[in-house]
Amino acid sequence: MRSILSALIAGIIFGGGLALSDMINPGRVLAFLDVAGAWDPTLAFVMAGAVIPTAIAFALRRRLNRPLFANAYFVPENRSMDSRLVVGATIFGIGWGLVGFCPGPAISGLVLGLWQPWLFVAMMLLGMLIERVLPLRLPSGSIAPRQA
Amino acid sequence: MTPLSPVIAVSGGLLIGIAAAMFLLLNGRIAGISGLAAIAARIGSGGTPWLQAVCFLLGLPIGAWMVAGFIRRPEIVVTSSLPLLIAAGLLVGFGTRLANGCTSGHGVCGVARLSPRSLAATAIFMASAVITVFVVRHMIGA
Repeated sequence: MRSILSALIAGIIFGGGLALSDMINPGRVLAFLDVAGAWDPTLAFVMAGAVIPTAIAFALRRRLNRPLFANAYFVPENRSMDSRLVVGATIFGIGWGLVGFCPGPAISGLVLGLWQPWLFVAMMLLGMLIERVLPLRLPSGSIAPRQA
Repeated sequence: MTPLSPVIAVSGGLLIGIAAAMFLLLNGRIAGISGLAAIAARIGSGGTPWLQAVCFLLGLPIGAWMVAGFIRRPEIVVTSSLPLLIAAGLLVGFGTRLANGCTSGHGVCGVARLSPRSLAATAIFMASAVITVFVVRHMIGA
């Protein structure tokens, strides 16, 4: 029960942060990615702000034997590179650059009265399903537990 | 589009980081949205328990709605056409599953713990997105 509530609250804070920093606005994201146009540094500030508490939490993790509401930490230990990672990140980047939506902002934007996030999220889930059922011939190596 | 104050941008980022920190230290999980979405839709296997994934994802629009209502109404600019939205959604879904992560799982959580895989993934999707925007905006002129 406590783990469910903390997941909900973490989600609310996460979505609030995306809205406050205007990352749910694809125009703002594309303006960061458009290095040859009217460049907007916002995304870099957001990333810097987000990495600091997260890094502190990962440092704290070493002092805490286990999470407060769970038995163990579930953090991917895979450190090796493989072609799935390279090809997947490239494909993700193309999709991200086409519209300016990535998964978090698109889901957060579902309540803003626009139809575009709904279509995007539906297609994103379809893309995930296709990846799941498509037999890929990429050498996979040792794939870590699915992270996100 | 009006410029956003760096103070607000960093504050929003800190909220995202605090949420990721909470999810790690309380739930023991990585706050990676594409992975949680796959679990919630029962596409991904293993990882975060289903109900926790659903609740985290449910929180996202609630948080965005609260900020939009009480703090700052975001100005949303979506200029993309229908076919472009469909293509982008498919590519983002497919690519994030193949790479086991997106901007949150690799870009924030992975970079924060200096995971070599995540650092590489982040560099690759950033470069790929920058090139895509360059081609679309400055070569095709869309």
